[in-house]
Amino acid sequence: MQAGHNRNLVAVSWGRVHIPDGFIDAPTSAAAGAVAVGGVAICLKKAADQLDEKRVALAGLTAAFIFAVQMLNFPVASGTSGHLLGGVLAAVLVGPYIGALCVTVVLSVQCLLFADGGLSALGLNVVNMALVTAFGGYVIFLLLRKLLPRTVGGVVASSGIASALGVVLASLVFTIEYAIGGTGGASIATVGGAMVGVHVLIGIGEGVITGLTVSAVLASRPDLVHGARDLYERAPGGSPALVGDAA
Amino acid sequence: MKARVGLGLFLAGGLLVALFLAFVLSPEASSKPDGLNKVAIDKGFSGTAKAHTLEDTPTAGYEVRGVHDGRLSRGLAGLIGVTVTLALTGGLFAVVRRSGRARAGAPPSGGT
Repeated sequence: MQAGHNRNLVAVSWGRVHIPDGFIDAPTSAAAGAVAVGGVAICLKKAADQLDEKRVALAGLTAAFIFAVQMLNFPVASGTSGHLLGGVLAAVLVGPYIGALCVTVVLSVQCLLFADGGLSALGLNVVNMALVTAFGGYVIFLLLRKLLPRTVGGVVASSGIASALGVVLASLVFTIEYAIGGTGGASIATVGGAMVGVHVLIGIGEGVITGLTVSAVLASRPDLVHGARDLYERAPGGSPALVGDAA
Repeated sequence: MKARVGLGLFLAGGLLVALFLAFVLSPEASSKPDGLNKVAIDKGFSGTAKAHTLEDTPTAGYEVRGVHDGRLSRGLAGLIGVTVTLALTGGLFAVVRRSGRARAGAPPSGGT
């Protein structure tokens, strides 16, 4: 490291993208931690019933892929970048429970190994980027699937749009957390407006990446896409055993 | 809606893509603050951020300590991250799956 490297600027330097310690006060962070632990526990229980050998492998790949793509900050506006959150992508590929766990592993690795996202803020980051996107965004995905044609194109479009809206949803949840325990005295309305405004743009990037990825998996292994199981089941010779496999 | 490639090939291909993105493409990523940090700067609360508790670890900030080429350092951090994430997720889910099978009374030997 060069002598000029200023460790006090870490929160806004290249590559640090998650909520650091300090933005949100300790009680609020702890409460989010409790919510995150509860959510992860439920996901683990559900995952235990859903995992087969194929899904274990696919979930590992999904998490590794999301880690890689989260490093690819793309420019969104003057002096601002955005990056994939990945919750909806994971939920569409492996289901919301396993998907939320995939993103949780990514966030934990980033926090513990790469010092990105504060230790005390890990719960906040898990709630916003693993739980809100994998569940909230996935509900939007399911609604869109009902509205759009029951085709590969419909699945891809639903994934893209839902993931974009999932990013905006996550930015709203951050605003709520800031309203409850934010430090630095910024007005809630200003923070909320700015967060939503910039995350609409980031959401477009999220939607494109998610749509492209889901489309690539559908083109090679459609049977592996959790969010497209109904298409697979209808195919001649498709396994009806998958029908009872709830989300 | 048929599988066009074998599972092994699909997984290997996917992993290669992830490694490529992390090693080759991540040094090209925008270094501008992301949405959250930009809002924090603009709205005046970025100063409340505290240095990370694990700031002195060898890969903090997606840089490998001791590798002085910034791009290589970030690329290597990406490779490490992808590998660790894959191993942790695979390990976690293998254990979770075994616990699920045990609860369901399936033979512990597995053998799918």
